[in-house]
Amino acid sequence: MKNSSRRGFMGKAFGGVAGVGAIAALFAMKKSWDPLPSVKAAGFTTLDMSAYKENELVVEKWRGKPIFVLKQSKAMLESEDKNMSQLTGKTTAAIDKTRLIKIGDAHYMVTIGLCTHLGCIPGYDKDEKSFLCACHGGKYDDTGMVTKSPPPRGLDIPPFKIDGNTLVLGEEGPEYKKMKETGITL
Amino acid sequence: MAHFTKATSIKDWLNQRLAIEKVEKVMASEYWIPKNINFLWAMGMVLVITFVLLLVSGIFLLMYYQPNVDLAFDSVNYTIMREVDFGWLWRHVHGVAASVVFLIIYIHMFTAIYYGSYKKGREMIWISGMLLFVAFSAEAFSGYMLPWGQMSYWAGMVITNLFSGGSLHADGLVEWIRGDYVPAQAFLNRFFMLHVLLIPVAIMGLIGLHFGALRIPHVNNQDGEEIDFDEESKKYLAGDKAGSKVIRFANDFMSKDMLVVAIYLVFFFYLVFFHYDFAMDPVNFDPADGLKTPTHIYPEWYFLWSYEILRPFSTNIGLMAFAFAQVIFMALPFLDRSPNTVPASRRGLFKYWFWAMLIDMIILTAMGKVPPIEPFGTIGFYAALTFIGLWIALPIITMFEKKA
Repeated sequence: MKNSSRRGFMGKAFGGVAGVGAIAALFAMKKSWDPLPSVKAAGFTTLDMSAYKENELVVEKWRGKPIFVLKQSKAMLESEDKNMSQLTGKTTAAIDKTRLIKIGDAHYMVTIGLCTHLGCIPGYDKDEKSFLCACHGGKYDDTGMVTKSPPPRGLDIPPFKIDGNTLVLGEEGPEYKKMKETGITL
Repeated sequence: MAHFTKATSIKDWLNQRLAIEKVEKVMASEYWIPKNINFLWAMGMVLVITFVLLLVSGIFLLMYYQPNVDLAFDSVNYTIMREVDFGWLWRHVHGVAASVVFLIIYIHMFTAIYYGSYKKGREMIWISGMLLFVAFSAEAFSGYMLPWGQMSYWAGMVITNLFSGGSLHADGLVEWIRGDYVPAQAFLNRFFMLHVLLIPVAIMGLIGLHFGALRIPHVNNQDGEEIDFDEESKKYLAGDKAGSKVIRFANDFMSKDMLVVAIYLVFFFYLVFFHYDFAMDPVNFDPADGLKTPTHIYPEWYFLWSYEILRPFSTNIGLMAFAFAQVIFMALPFLDRSPNTVPASRRGLFKYWFWAMLIDMIILTAMGKVPPIEPFGTIGFYAALTFIGLWIALPIITMFEKKA
């Protein structure tokens, strides 16, 4: 009887220490799978916004994803009223400006260039001023707003911070936070 | 302490130390198999042989493959395919076997469903078998990443995206799995580790469990008859081989097994030498490019049915339907409420359930391959609903089944 209670104690003591060790090991394993600091540090891209030309789509790269940068021309800003969003049924004019990033006097569309449906890369039609996703026929206007389903929402806007004439992707500035709060992007 | 005597032969020497005669009896010559079976009972051995082919070809590929995003594509398509003598052979054996192994797994599974080999004590055989299916699926997916072509990259992107859980937007979990924001070096390295070490070890352990689960209930037979294996084996050993309902696993059953394996291997090597291209997607011969999506992303044929259950629904419902499809087969022994262990043909409504399920999965597979245009989208949608409906109907129709 005495022996077995001693054995029981040994078992519990060993089990307790081993259990703590196992939890610590799991924690270490989880952390080992995290993105490395070097990967995270490379998660910022700085764009010089003065280099872009009106109505000319430039594809940048941020965290391995394509980033669409489209500087809006005067005509593009004014023609917004004609666009109609299929999903909301409202004119997109009210939503349009809120999706653009204003730097100096210029307006830019800056979005992640992956269709929000299943992640294909839409192509830009310069004359029609719209994006078409070849995978399942989704369409977006020149601000990245959906005009034809199946995409569930407009092109996502990456976290950004305006810094003078440059745009830092990967950092959350006040303008981005406002967009997030108002539900313009996820 | 055991008493050892001077050995009279090498066999005797080993026998005293390892009991090899006893082991041989337990594992082979006195492991009893029913006589009343057909060629479908050889699929287990066919799978073992295919697994060995995968292992051996994999070992040779491993000696030249480079798990590096800049080198991986060329190490497969240049080094292994052009420089290494017979490198093409290992690659084509590996690719064809990875595809064919799923065909045999599906045959093996549907044989078990047809003959009711998942109930009355055989539940653990079924469950360990389904765990093997999950492990083989993970093994196939991780291996598909390694050549680092366009399909590798985008399949990796899409499948890891599933873990964001639709509207849950668990992007942190997705990034944790990838070790990066997109599939990149960390992703390739960890999937390489999973493919060559962790999952194969798990598979070998599960194969052990699968075989172990067979020992007590024994192999089923064509009529689901409950055989007294002790009684029948005694009859056999006493010399009444014709009257006994069982035969030895080795060499009797094995010789039949190997005949099926031989026919299978003719078919297998025909594919390896003349039609390996079916297992090699042409899109994957373009190197991975994160800034260019292939126009049509689809999985290998053996995942198409579950992919098609995901696709026709909106994001969240699709994910739930997909998760349901992944786990539901595991619950088969408990959803089948009938005590009858006989072939489906003698089980009333279950007969129709079996064929409906088989045909529905073939339709789902076909619809998963074609682009999502009409009428295929609608057919896929109803086939997915049918799949879910059949599983809901299973406990009800089996509950009212008459005792056979």
